[in-house]
Amino acid sequence: MADQTPVQTPRRSINWGAVGDHTVLILGSLFMLVPLIMVVMTTTVPDVDIIKYGPQLKIGDQFDENFEKAMFEASGFSGANTGTRMLFNSFVLGIGFALGKIVIAMMAAYAIVYFRLRFASLAFWVIFTTLLLPLEVRILPSYEVVQQLGMLNTYQGLIIPLIASATATFFFRQYFRSIPEELVEAARIDGAGPVKFFIDILVPLSKTMIAAMFIIMFVFGWNQYLWPTMITTEEDMYTLVRGIKQITQTLEGTNVPEFGRANLLAVIAILPPVAVVIFFQSWFVKGLTESDK
Amino acid sequence: MKRAGFSTKWMPILLLMPQLVIIAIFFYWPAWHAIQSSFYLQDPFGFGSTFVGLDNYTDLLGNSEYRRVAIFTLVFTVLVTFFSLAIALLLAVKADNVLRGARTYRTLLMWVYAVAPPVAGFIGLIMFDQSWGPLTRLAGFFGWDFVLGVNFNDTAAAMVLVSVWKQIPVNFIFFLSGLQSIPRSVREAALIDNRSATGRFWDVTFPLLAPTGFFLLIINITYALFDTFGIVDTLVKGEPGNNPMTLVYKVYVDGFRGNDLGGSSAQSVILMVLVLALTIFQFRLIDRRIHYT
Repeated sequence: MADQTPVQTPRRSINWGAVGDHTVLILGSLFMLVPLIMVVMTTTVPDVDIIKYGPQLKIGDQFDENFEKAMFEASGFSGANTGTRMLFNSFVLGIGFALGKIVIAMMAAYAIVYFRLRFASLAFWVIFTTLLLPLEVRILPSYEVVQQLGMLNTYQGLIIPLIASATATFFFRQYFRSIPEELVEAARIDGAGPVKFFIDILVPLSKTMIAAMFIIMFVFGWNQYLWPTMITTEEDMYTLVRGIKQITQTLEGTNVPEFGRANLLAVIAILPPVAVVIFFQSWFVKGLTESDK
Repeated sequence: MKRAGFSTKWMPILLLMPQLVIIAIFFYWPAWHAIQSSFYLQDPFGFGSTFVGLDNYTDLLGNSEYRRVAIFTLVFTVLVTFFSLAIALLLAVKADNVLRGARTYRTLLMWVYAVAPPVAGFIGLIMFDQSWGPLTRLAGFFGWDFVLGVNFNDTAAAMVLVSVWKQIPVNFIFFLSGLQSIPRSVREAALIDNRSATGRFWDVTFPLLAPTGFFLLIINITYALFDTFGIVDTLVKGEPGNNPMTLVYKVYVDGFRGNDLGGSSAQSVILMVLVLALTIFQFRLIDRRIHYT
């Protein structure tokens, strides 16, 4: 509203309202960011300094050493859970979950929206009741099922049960329904079958939606904690987020707890999802706010 | 279900199959199993089970510890929901006000969305470290002897703070895009009718934002109930003891650690009913929401 000030004023007076707005926003940003910055800084400071002075807003020279320890030295009993291994597992979980979910959801949503199906509404309800119950409430029986199927400590056991909810299906269904019907008609007149229509028209049209879903689902999968904690007991299957528990436990008992290394592992666990969200923020915001309609 | 769909018979079934199979095995089977075993008393060593009817439920409701956890969960949910919505709304209104930099602030405030709950809990552990945590020192400065993990209220306060911190970005993004979708003409009309910014906010902006607010309310309640698991687990370092815990955490502790399968299942079923009620409530609100837009 800056242009509404009268033209005659010789000198623009300070707009105290705007100063107030910026003050609140800067304080808010500091509240959100300072803890992260402190943890990042701590990765560079010698562990002894932390015990003496606590995390400081300064940069030390220990980063290389802490990085070496965090990525290549194992903290567990078997020596299998190095940072590199956990990072790899996190990527398998994040990408595998996002891809699996999107493929399965797009297929199901396509079937529901574009086909005349006798039991369509039944299929719809069977699928969408899963939106109601998060994995957390059926955690034990899910564990038992995975155990009976012999899928403990496998990537399939880690990923597939997480896919068993219809969030993405719901979003794709809403999206497909907003695509003009004339497209199908035109495609049919041109002689395109269902497969051709799906691959040549629907998938290219849904590109931004797919991208937005991928970002949201990747972050969701990467950040999973409870399920990986239950399903992976072998250390070479740990993900970074699941390894946090191990990391905090190493802080107890030892003479000089390895804060630098622990913090570095936490930072590595944060980095990929944060990077994805920041780089693709317009898609991410689009996916998050538009898909709920 | 569009008018001009395809009419191939086997195609939609093939497309729906993957989703239906995964849901059947990893959703309906465990959910059914949870309901079933909530009526049984299971031997912790796996030697059979006895049908006990509603005993597990009556035991829970008569159990003072369960009541204590339920009350804590209620208080925790109310506090987390209130503060994360209020702070996010304040920041969103301010970001919407400033002409320049709304995008910059959005980027700054979004980061934490991608931080996994247990990693957020880990950052909380660092901030509230007994001897050198910056926030412990800050509390000490005001004469508050903060003891994380020992004092019930202090641990609860840390849980609320970390959970609010983690949830602000989501609410902020929704509120900001809600605000930015209010038409310019409406704002200008309001500007003519009502000179005071506070008055404009309560009379015009707030009612227009109410649908977003209702939707976020449900999202936040679900978040406080389920997604804070990682925060709670990290902050109490996996040792519940006398520490506060939420209902979902208790399902895990009793079932997975305590081997009380029947009791844990009954708790799961109670949570399922709770989520079910919430969702029905939400669907009604979304119905109403469509009339707004």
